[in-house]
Amino acid sequence: MKIIVCVKQVPASSNVDVDPVTGVLKRDGTNVKLNPYDLFALEMAFRLKEDMGGCITALSMGPSSALSSLLETVYMGADKGVLLSDRVFAGSDVQATSYALKCGVNKIGSYDLIICGKQTTDGDTAQVGPELAEQLGIEHASNVISVDSIDGEYITVTLNLDDVYQTQKMKLPCLLTIEKDACTPRLPSFRRKLAAPPDCIQVYTADQLEDIDRSKCGLKGSPTQVERIFPPDSDTKQIIFEGDAETLSKELYSILTSEKIV
Amino acid sequence: MYNKICSQDVSYLKSIISPERVLCGSEIPEDYSHDELGGISSAPDVLIRVLSTEEISAVMKYSNENKIPVVVRGSGTGLVGASVAIQGGIMMETTAMNKILELDEENLTVTVQPGVLLMELAEYTQNHDFLYPPDPGEKSATIGGNISTNAGGMRAVKYGVTRDYVRGLTIVLPDGSIQKLGGKIVKNSTGYNLMQLIIGSEGTLGIITEAILKLLPLPKISESLLVPFDSFDKCIRAVPNIIRSKTSLTAIEFFERETILFAEEYLGKKFPDTKSPAYLLLTVDGNTMENVESEMTHVAKLCMDLGASDAYIVDTDERKESVWKARGAFLEAIKASTTEMDECDVVVPRNKIADFIEYTHKLAREHNIRIPSFGHAGDGNLHIYICRDNLSDSEWKKQLNIIFDKMYSHANTLSGMVSGEHGIGFAKKEYMLETLGEKQVSLMRGIKGVFDPNNILNPGKLF
Repeated sequence: MKIIVCVKQVPASSNVDVDPVTGVLKRDGTNVKLNPYDLFALEMAFRLKEDMGGCITALSMGPSSALSSLLETVYMGADKGVLLSDRVFAGSDVQATSYALKCGVNKIGSYDLIICGKQTTDGDTAQVGPELAEQLGIEHASNVISVDSIDGEYITVTLNLDDVYQTQKMKLPCLLTIEKDACTPRLPSFRRKLAAPPDCIQVYTADQLEDIDRSKCGLKGSPTQVERIFPPDSDTKQIIFEGDAETLSKELYSILTSEKIV
Repeated sequence: MYNKICSQDVSYLKSIISPERVLCGSEIPEDYSHDELGGISSAPDVLIRVLSTEEISAVMKYSNENKIPVVVRGSGTGLVGASVAIQGGIMMETTAMNKILELDEENLTVTVQPGVLLMELAEYTQNHDFLYPPDPGEKSATIGGNISTNAGGMRAVKYGVTRDYVRGLTIVLPDGSIQKLGGKIVKNSTGYNLMQLIIGSEGTLGIITEAILKLLPLPKISESLLVPFDSFDKCIRAVPNIIRSKTSLTAIEFFERETILFAEEYLGKKFPDTKSPAYLLLTVDGNTMENVESEMTHVAKLCMDLGASDAYIVDTDERKESVWKARGAFLEAIKASTTEMDECDVVVPRNKIADFIEYTHKLAREHNIRIPSFGHAGDGNLHIYICRDNLSDSEWKKQLNIIFDKMYSHANTLSGMVSGEHGIGFAKKEYMLETLGEKQVSLMRGIKGVFDPNNILNPGKLF
């Protein structure tokens, strides 16, 4: 089974500077970590490989500092990593990011399954996984909490849709985004670190990705305009609603309208 | 010997303390009749929720004049009955005295009231880029309680214990007088060090009402290694070699798989690895990533040379929480796994740890009783729990006495001490006498007599 796991390097703390012109996060390559949601995606992939054998490739788009996050995936259990790194990718929104990842997936070649974390801790959109599936023209399932069965042709997964659990059967290849706490991620292994081959991570620039349309990349290829990014104000005020979903939503709506938020 | 509290006493106490903070008889919640381990139980007659040094002073003056026993209680997280009112009388609870009074960045000190919780202090100091190094597992303990037992914790191997971080204390003596001991001074050769005498005295000499604590600059980076071993023996015998390697580790913790499984059950959360029978948890801290990584690499390789099957990297906040949260819950987790338990907090020279734990395994086999353990392998302090499980009351007490006698006697032969950090309280008195001998204990009695001639402050504890 060939599995691609999409991962992202994110700031390790919430104190991140924002570019005043473009509104994008300034990533300086220090004080960074692997997106915590991606750890669940990786663990799911490792468990599938333990059951079925195969090869796991971790794929990321980002600056050269993201190399350390891809190495970390290898220390955890991935066989190799691919980093898409080029200035042309800078400032990508979800559409441009998923387009670049699609080009990366095509570069890697054949695959049976793509697994992503549900979202990232910096962007928080939870859209890149599903959008990548759309770009690749494959089925996907979000908020997956378990893989119930898998064979050469189909995969059955359970999704947490808050009110209900849904079981979904899909034809391979397809894409899953994994819910937080779906499993307990393993820790990076020092033994694997010492044994990692020097060429376990491949870095590709845009020029090395066939048929790439540069107009779809980076800030240029991003229809999203970021007006302003700011940390939310800290407020300890709490209102606790009780009741069913309908009552709760009505109460919430009434407060949001009275506060002129909607 | 003591006067029983009467309605006149209560009326007086309510005249000097707001009446809603003076609780009597059935108004006092049951929780106040025991500590966290619960084996020793006795309710106070009056519970006073004190708010200031002056209030404590006034209560002590009255109690001393009227021969009423007094015990002080923080969060009640003790394990040896030190804060149980075994003679009844007055209990003063300090948890409402929970203000952080001053951060002095020029003298590197923080001044706190005794009811500040360890977790509150840790968060406050970290937010100001300082480290208060003592790090006992029970984060909801009060600083007053920590000072009273000279709590140690997980960073003791590098940074030392609570005693090493107290610069000054304000105390109320049993006669009600208020004294300031030590201060914001680094050196002090001015007579007997009474402050150090108060630290670890388990509330028998004076009542701590304010503490000046020493701080260190917060190391910028702190990372851990979870090191699995395929046998208990290899794991514990690696410790002296790690210490000998002169690496500057902040923590060297030891635990077994069984304890991790209890923590998983207790927390409802899986630990990142449970494949191996025994683990060490090591921490390195420093100010540059290069230094920390170099030290981590050195230690990881050393551990693998010593028989570790791997060394897992615990570097991010999420990973630290998944491992350290479980470590912090071990005591509660073992407690939840059995019907009743008692603990042994023995400390032995670091190179004798393997001998001692092997001995507890032997006792468990011989007596057919569960004795899980974990501990601060780096400083020789072990936490060993004897679990009652399905034993009858009489059989449990009989077995417990035999096992404790054997354990403390064995610790003695290894030049160990009865308690590394939980204290003596009420539960371990006889073992302290056996270990220290009559001469030393009579010196302690003499000191107690000087501070508290009427023996009203936490009577019946230590000896």
